Amino acid sequence: MTHHNTISSRASTLDGNEAAASVAYRLSETIAIYPITPSSTMAEFADEWSSRELPNLWGTVPHLVEMQSEGGVAGAIHGMLQAGSLSTTFTASQGLLLMIPNMYKIAGELTPFCMHVSARTLATHALSIFGDHSDVMACRQIGFAMLCSGSVQEAHDFAAVSHSVTLKSRVPFLHFFDGFRTSHEVAKIQMLEDAALAELVPAEDIERFRQLALTPDQPRIRGTAQNPDVFFQAREACNPYYDSIPARVEEAFEKLAKLTGRKYRPFDYAGHPEAERVVVLMGSGAETAHETVNALTAKGEKVGVLKVRLFRPFSTRHLLAALPKSVRALAVLDRTKEPGALGEPLYQDVITGLSEAQAEGSLAKFPRVIGGRYGLSSKEFTPAMVKAVFDELRKEHPKNHFTVGIHDDVSGTSLPFDTNFDIEPREVARCVFFGLGADGTVGANKNSIKIIGEETENFAQGYFVYDSKKSGAITISHLRFGPNPIQSSYLVTRANFVACHQWDFLDKYDVLGPAAEGAVLLLNSAYAKDQVWDRLSRENQQQIIAKKLKVYVIDAYSVARATGMGGRINTIMQTCFFAISGVLPREDAIKQIKKAIEKTYAKKGADVIARNFEAVDQTLAALHEVRVPAKADSTRTKPPIVSEHAPEFVKRVTSVMMAGQGDLLPVSAFPVDGTWPMGTTRWEKRNVGLEIPVWNEKICIQCNKCAFVCPHAAIRPAIYEPAHLSEAPASFKAVDFKSNEHPGLKYSLQVAPEDCTGCGVCIQVCPVKDKANPKDKAINLAPQEPIREVERENYEFFLKLPYRDRSVMTGDTKTTQFLEPLFEYSGACAGCGETPYIKLLTQLYGDRLYIANATGCSSIYGGNLPTTPYTCNSQGRGPAWSNSLFEDNAEYGFGMRVALDKHVEQAQELVKKLSGALGDTLVTQLLSADQSTETGIQQQRERVLELRKKLVSHRDPAARRLELLADYLVQKSVWIVGGDGWAYDIGYGGLDHVLAMGRKVNILVMDTEVYSNTGGQASKSTPMGASAKFAVAGKVTPKKDLGLIAMSYGNAYVARVAFGAKDIQTVKAFTEAESFPGTSIIIAYSHCIAHGYGLQKGLEQQKLAVDSGHWPLFRFDPRRVGTSEPALRLDSTAPKVPLKRYIENEIRYRMLESSAPEQAQKLQASAQQLVNQRYEFYQHLAKLHGGTSSEGETK
Amino acid sequence: MKLTTRYLGLELKNPLLSGASPFTDRIDGIRRLEDAGASAIVLRSLFEEQIAMEENAYFRHATAHAGAYAEASEGLFPFQDFAFDTERYLEHLRQAKKATGIPVIGSLNGITHGGWERYSKLIEEAGADALELNFYELPTHPNETAAQVEGRYLEILKAIRAMVRIPIAVKLSPFFSSLPNFAQQLAAAGADGLVLFNRLYQPDIDTEALQAAPTLKLSDSSELPLRLRCLAILEPHFRGSLAVSGGVHTSQDAIKALMTGATGVQVVSALLQQGPSVFTKLAAEIAQWLTSHEYESLEQLRGSMSLRRCPDPDAFTRGNYMKILHGWAP
Repeated sequence: MTHHNTISSRASTLDGNEAAASVAYRLSETIAIYPITPSSTMAEFADEWSSRELPNLWGTVPHLVEMQSEGGVAGAIHGMLQAGSLSTTFTASQGLLLMIPNMYKIAGELTPFCMHVSARTLATHALSIFGDHSDVMACRQIGFAMLCSGSVQEAHDFAAVSHSVTLKSRVPFLHFFDGFRTSHEVAKIQMLEDAALAELVPAEDIERFRQLALTPDQPRIRGTAQNPDVFFQAREACNPYYDSIPARVEEAFEKLAKLTGRKYRPFDYAGHPEAERVVVLMGSGAETAHETVNALTAKGEKVGVLKVRLFRPFSTRHLLAALPKSVRALAVLDRTKEPGALGEPLYQDVITGLSEAQAEGSLAKFPRVIGGRYGLSSKEFTPAMVKAVFDELRKEHPKNHFTVGIHDDVSGTSLPFDTNFDIEPREVARCVFFGLGADGTVGANKNSIKIIGEETENFAQGYFVYDSKKSGAITISHLRFGPNPIQSSYLVTRANFVACHQWDFLDKYDVLGPAAEGAVLLLNSAYAKDQVWDRLSRENQQQIIAKKLKVYVIDAYSVARATGMGGRINTIMQTCFFAISGVLPREDAIKQIKKAIEKTYAKKGADVIARNFEAVDQTLAALHEVRVPAKADSTRTKPPIVSEHAPEFVKRVTSVMMAGQGDLLPVSAFPVDGTWPMGTTRWEKRNVGLEIPVWNEKICIQCNKCAFVCPHAAIRPAIYEPAHLSEAPASFKAVDFKSNEHPGLKYSLQVAPEDCTGCGVCIQVCPVKDKANPKDKAINLAPQEPIREVERENYEFFLKLPYRDRSVMTGDTKTTQFLEPLFEYSGACAGCGETPYIKLLTQLYGDRLYIANATGCSSIYGGNLPTTPYTCNSQGRGPAWSNSLFEDNAEYGFGMRVALDKHVEQAQELVKKLSGALGDTLVTQLLSADQSTETGIQQQRERVLELRKKLVSHRDPAARRLELLADYLVQKSVWIVGGDGWAYDIGYGGLDHVLAMGRKVNILVMDTEVYSNTGGQASKSTPMGASAKFAVAGKVTPKKDLGLIAMSYGNAYVARVAFGAKDIQTVKAFTEAESFPGTSIIIAYSHCIAHGYGLQKGLEQQKLAVDSGHWPLFRFDPRRVGTSEPALRLDSTAPKVPLKRYIENEIRYRMLESSAPEQAQKLQASAQQLVNQRYEFYQHLAKLHGGTSSEGETK
Repeated sequence: MKLTTRYLGLELKNPLLSGASPFTDRIDGIRRLEDAGASAIVLRSLFEEQIAMEENAYFRHATAHAGAYAEASEGLFPFQDFAFDTERYLEHLRQAKKATGIPVIGSLNGITHGGWERYSKLIEEAGADALELNFYELPTHPNETAAQVEGRYLEILKAIRAMVRIPIAVKLSPFFSSLPNFAQQLAAAGADGLVLFNRLYQPDIDTEALQAAPTLKLSDSSELPLRLRCLAILEPHFRGSLAVSGGVHTSQDAIKALMTGATGVQVVSALLQQGPSVFTKLAAEIAQWLTSHEYESLEQLRGSMSLRRCPDPDAFTRGNYMKILHGWAP
């Protein structure tokens, strides 16, 4: 079948990930996946299509398998390919690195295969989820062809070309595009219909592929070991296959052009035909460069851009063919950094190519070539920066190995650029929306893009910038609409429309900064139209007047409340946007919004639809224009970002990042190695809790459970001498401490009003009810704003109260909360089920704690900038926290322990060596100290002080060495912390090894039963019958019993805990684990937003999880083996409520009941049976280990 | 002895209907009920309040985190071809209609004007032979008068009547000041029948936890007399069908209900205790009783003990109580 005309295609608005996945899915039979940002959505789309049973190009539904890691994916893919199946996968960053060993095999065996990579930064001095080419550049030597897309359309088209050419050439393809900038940009593109794909992947290519398969019906062997005699020659045998690639890619591009009219080449040149200055780059930056070149050539400048599509194999012939002969100076831009290299990869290739060409005589004149870096970790790359590069090329001695986009005041690499340089086409509507993560702004904007993209002739683009926090996070949406395809792959800085969906943002961020002159400004405010102006800061008023902004206001929360929408204001704000932006005629737009609402909720929610409609209808009446006076008259200026008491670094660096201005910080502002100061969340004062707890001291029983469960350490108790109250603010509450052991002390419970997220978990756990009004407890939620000031003052006073001596800890829940938490106000979700464990850990051992933290939620709320929650006590001691990778955490922590043990050994050796000078008593005490109690630790600290004093005057070099190691004589506590994705899946191999080694490390697995951080994908911890991404039809296998596996070693302490069900058992497990002389592991139930219910009910769900037997509590202590007591002690009773009562409250289970009730019932019945059987099994084990079970008891 | 009866204009092979129970939740259960002799089935109530709550909870929890965080930009839950209670209910109704030859009566419990109408229409479209409107509500607002409550119900009924063509039965609680008058107004507003009565679940108090806890107890025959009396009072005036719900456990219970005017007898608690065979047993015993007592037909018996036809109407009214007291001698 030959097409003389292009195949008709439909337009669609989607993001780069969906664009690539749409092709990969249709051209594959088997897909192996593992979640990693920003590639996860490709796998999620494939999973969704497969579960909807959408067929591939050949009418069969692709089969998906989720593996335990990207390493596992690569192995599985290799097997699928060898067995003759058309396979694909999606990945990025560290995930791609884990695939490298197999990629060598796949390439070495000339296996047709195409993978899709949303290129992301590799973790170096820090992790970053954002986009650059450092991951794919680590693959350039493997032998994969590498094709790079620079836009959503290209991600779609090049995916098809990659799949096509790999089948023709046998060389595997790595198709990549920029993480986030392309993978997450929503754009209107032309879709490739199946007929077009069929042209690109004809039947004969599939036939040839099938013949490569290994089969016992025609047996061959692959994967031999070769020796010096032949390996080399055999390795060179593949050369012709690589030589063929550029021409084949060119051919496929030509075919695509015939089919679609869209023309590409291995190297595409755009710009002046006689350009003198040319930039060479690949990816989304090339689109920005193209747009800039158009603007500059229109002004008569002889400039151009060479877009590299096919990076490997690198074809100098194609490069030269594309490059105008007139070029005098080239700047090669790399989106990666190779410290120590002569230059970055693309630069080196271009130089080498040109040199070879000149040597061969095909290049007459060697142009001046400079190389530079741009856009690391999604750093903005704008027309101004492109222009800066062109300006540099004009110089007689242009800077080589430059950077652009930053201010490098350390090495002087950076090129200056003019932020006022603006080339955005006038006909493009540009809009910026500041929203709250939870208010649905991003969803509504994606919806608006779809409406405009699919209902009008306009092109549309959307890009979304997210916060690093998980609670109260800001989102900034950047939307463009216009009559021509949009190439601007950078943020909107001159918007015609700016919306601020949260009033508070006006004081925290430069919301009006992106507004162009004459723009429309939409504010969501509780203030009436005639009060709004007066409430604005003077700076904002001035900007509004100077920029001649037209201001509108709506009280969206009122409309949302009135129409039963709760806190969802997105539909309301979207209606306002269409009503005043003029992007679409108002009536049309409203019709389209309603159509979209109906489509989204279709048969799913008549009531939800009705409420949304009602919200749309009530919006216009509530939308008002604000009269803007000629003069700014506000007496109020923007409040400072951080308190004047903040440390210098926080003021100079952190606060700039907090204000969203981190791009302005120069290189010199930063630590050189990623080391960062502690305890910076305390300066943030995020004020995200609309309601906060208020203490009723009259009925409080001082159990401290509220503080124990608080995820953000924002409610704290203290006991202190009454004398301290002399300086207390009038409203500070204090009562007598109810204690026989500590008579005469005062007790206070204080909330951190500006750090509390208002999750309400503390209220839930409070066991006290007011006898006359049982709906009131000893703490109750009240609106934050009216009490913010007075409670701030109270909290400041509270923080000055001295913490009790650590010996106050007696092993019960209550006293743990008198210890200072060294983990506070993290960015974790409101109501997080993990952070109470970490907080407890820092209370118990924070002053001597090492934490090796696996990548995941806990590394993000634990270490994502701008501010971090781990902090120090008044002596300056605090947790030494570090995140290495996702997969290596057990080994990482283990390594810390090995180092510490060696330090201790050396220190002890030195103490012995210097014993003569130190004195026998001190030496003996230092070497044989009992450090099993807080008092013991304290005494050892004092001995070390004494030791140091003695060492000062000692001249022996051994004394100097001992000084460096002396502190290690005080026992350190090593905790290896992470989630179930790490412990059950990707890091399990290492975890297993560490368990077997028996060294003194503690492992804390915060088990949310799902990959929470990457967006809810199933792990091996996901329970049977729960629905998750990659287990849409409900997980059919049981949750892996990690505790049982760990117990099987017999030498590790193992506990399974759930603080919401039995807090005292949690405390006991932590202290027993720490006191255990070998390896310990605690598996901790962690309720999570991915379970799908309001987390203020988290503790009730924990109880139900335990009572139903889903989460039996136990402690296995090898120290009890051989004693009269059972080694395994069951701390919860046999299942006493049906499993259904637990699972019916969670959307992860309810989804399946709704979508596949029979499957849900079947799995539920099996799960119930498993739960019963497992408890019985545990009971048997409890007897086996030399004693009787003591179910339901905590001793 | 033929036991055929007409209930809500539907021809039933006997007056014994299965009320909503776990049996009617499953298609094989419905088949078993039909095989055992149930003449019609009433499905569980579609609770508008619950649906709205579930929908909105889903809406809130499942979508709240979408677009909130860069690594989970598409939210935390997988794509699902999701059906809420409504759709599941309607699908069940469609399947039930396919699986059985006996009439299937949909049931609805609503709270809002729009909700009642929307769901009534959907239930009709899914193939229900009739609709039972469950006015299950305890007024708690001191400013709302009895007349306003009744007015609200009548408005809802009228609106639904205008939407659907299938017969409508209204299930009531016993707490109306003048039930006969309200019944008449309901008939005028379009009710084809009444079901007496709702069993309002009574909360209990946990004195330790200081909590009100809902309780669920199966009915027994002691709940029947209240219903018998109301049937007897309504039968002479009410021109639609009457059904009893609550307290029918034996054939004697059923016969009493029929005598006081019921054309339909809904059985639930007895079904839960004895299984579907209770229908076989009740039908056989009723037939046998009618034969042994030389009744010509069920029709002959129906309403014979209503206020109009019974020999001692005072027994149904206040006199009942006084007489017993006066007649009591130590």
